[in-house]
Amino acid sequence: MAVAVHDWEKFFRTCDVTGFKVDLRAEKIARLNAVVAVVAFLIAIIAALLLVLTRWQMFHILPVDWYYRVLTLHGLNGLVFWIIFFELAALVFGSTAFLNTRISSPTAGWLGSVLAIIGWLMVNYTIFTGNADVLMTSYAPLKAHPLFYLGMILFAVGALVIVMVFFANLMIWRRENPGQSLPLFVYGLLAAAIIAVVTIASGAIIYIPTLLWSVGIISDIDAAVYRLVWWGLGHPSQQINVSAHVAVWYLLAFLTVGGTSINEKVSRFAFVLYILAINVASAHHLLVDPAVSPVWKVWNTSYVMYLAVFASMIHAFAVPSAIEVAQRRRGYTKGLFEWLKAAPWGNPAFSGLILSMIIFGFIGGITGVVNGMEQTNIIAHNTLSVPGHFKGAVVGGTVLAFMSVTYYLIPLLFRKKIAFYGLAKFVPWLFGIGIAITAVSLYILGAFGIPRRHWDITFSGGPFTFTFNPVVDFFWALFGVGGILAVIGALIWILQVVVSVFFGQPFRGPQDLQIPIAEPPPPSEGEHNGFAAPGTFVLVLLFITAFIIFVALNYGWLAAMWEVK
Amino acid sequence: MAILPPREDWPFQKIARDEKIWMGIAFCVSIFLFLWMIIWHVYAKQNPSFVTYKTTPEEFYQLTKAFIEKYKVGEENGIPVVKPPPGSDVFMIGMQFRWEPVLILKKGEEYRLHISSLDVVHGISIQPVNMNFMVLPKYDYVLTIRPTSSGEFAVICNEFCGIGHHMMIGKIIVEE
Repeated sequence: MAVAVHDWEKFFRTCDVTGFKVDLRAEKIARLNAVVAVVAFLIAIIAALLLVLTRWQMFHILPVDWYYRVLTLHGLNGLVFWIIFFELAALVFGSTAFLNTRISSPTAGWLGSVLAIIGWLMVNYTIFTGNADVLMTSYAPLKAHPLFYLGMILFAVGALVIVMVFFANLMIWRRENPGQSLPLFVYGLLAAAIIAVVTIASGAIIYIPTLLWSVGIISDIDAAVYRLVWWGLGHPSQQINVSAHVAVWYLLAFLTVGGTSINEKVSRFAFVLYILAINVASAHHLLVDPAVSPVWKVWNTSYVMYLAVFASMIHAFAVPSAIEVAQRRRGYTKGLFEWLKAAPWGNPAFSGLILSMIIFGFIGGITGVVNGMEQTNIIAHNTLSVPGHFKGAVVGGTVLAFMSVTYYLIPLLFRKKIAFYGLAKFVPWLFGIGIAITAVSLYILGAFGIPRRHWDITFSGGPFTFTFNPVVDFFWALFGVGGILAVIGALIWILQVVVSVFFGQPFRGPQDLQIPIAEPPPPSEGEHNGFAAPGTFVLVLLFITAFIIFVALNYGWLAAMWEVK
Repeated sequence: MAILPPREDWPFQKIARDEKIWMGIAFCVSIFLFLWMIIWHVYAKQNPSFVTYKTTPEEFYQLTKAFIEKYKVGEENGIPVVKPPPGSDVFMIGMQFRWEPVLILKKGEEYRLHISSLDVVHGISIQPVNMNFMVLPKYDYVLTIRPTSSGEFAVICNEFCGIGHHMMIGKIIVEE
């Protein structure tokens, strides 16, 4: 068989820190997507500050039309564009550098990036000019300018092209390394990419008819069908994030303390459960909708009998136990928690990793299950408990994990020194604690019945009025303080990234490495039958107790409501 | 190792005892939560309704109008107030940006509350009991409710429906 001989080597550099071969063409594409991600994040953060100072009724700074406009900008840039562009960068970089392989098609990589960026610009332009005051969900029959839907479609197609490049990269790797297993990080990215295909397909299925409707070719879009299919994009796209940020957790556990999953079979099984069970999450948003049956609701909202929640709980043990076992091998074996006390807390990627796991599990995870159970959804639906949940899950979990890993990407992907590195150790705490306070306050405000996406809860101009329990004033203030802390943390991080990437000193080699990469721990002394990670075991028991108590409390509150069937 | 291929025998590695116990607990909790929703359907009194009829904005508007004319007892701030008999079919329509009519219900009695929208998607949120349901155009969603507390309750729109969304507030009065 004749094989064309290529001189692939000219496209590579060898990383002087990790020893990986890095395809320079893939690196450029990853850099572009990462930079766009940060710009989208900046838009989302500025919007967040304005929104905090509007909903906190003491300030109430935005007029009504700009409130909904800025909310649309915030939702799409924060929840969709920043995260997906970051993931596209991770997919391109992860499937080449981490596998020592080359990019399958740089042309397709550029094409996908350019399409996604054009889509992103179109969507932002239509929102900013007041042509798409429809919020992130753009529920038909609320109508936006056709360019808004077209922008979303272009973005989705661009993202899909890059996902295909990712799959093709893996095929090259597979051909050149027969019989090898993927590293766990890339395995997690693969799960994310598979979920992304299903998700983005849902997006295309609903945005295309909606585009045709907005230009008058189709006369009508059914509101229930729109909600059903749109949420096939809306919620599962957050499961791309979960899969990707859990992969980042494993990566960070390795980089910061040399921790590796104590049983890769278990970790990989959990990723497979994500792929199998997580795509049905559309139901979470339709629990109190007409038109769908309770059987459909119960099966789908539980991610097929909570198999995806089960998968997350498996990771909740696997990641901290990786840290614990590595630390114990270093000799930190005293008591249950010496391994944790002696951990490298001064490393922002480590503190970020721990905070990300705690906030995701205890706040995002628990509230997510309660909001998403069929009956308790009655007392949570469309209240501030919903943003309370995803502030914990997405912002505290995914965003904080991505921010933390960026401290490694600046030297290793962008080849720059980290600017103002002294500030980095404060960022995870400011952002993490800030967003945790915000999330909890929002959740409590929601429990008092305060609606989300609402400009004025004094109902000025309405025929009647209603005053919420005065206790909420305290939680509004807490929400404001938490929000401002988180915004400050995010702005410092953005400043560091922008200054490093565009104006930073070049990174010349291992001697310039500011953020430490842990040495692998000494090997274990043979297999043993006892507990591998007793400290982690105690922590997960604490988690499950908090979880069950919170579910029970909510069903208790629900039972005090009017009867309904 | 997260960035290197795993050890060769990874598919056959024994699972540590604590990880195995944890997976057992997590799996049981997952299945329990799933069954709990079904159990609650059978034994408890707060479940989302699954009674839905297809309708049109015109038809639902006519039904609501007829309902208002039949049981109207007054008007408040330009919005009709109706007092339907216990056990009857009750209509409430959401539109940009108000709810019609104001309902007077009796505590402890059951009503079939029909909700739908004249235009875009709305959300009905009864406060301070904090019960929330979606209101979609072309779907008549029937909630069989029994108020268990009395007083004045606000009906807030909690799905963004346009620039006047925050003005969309209605009322349900529950008498002893």
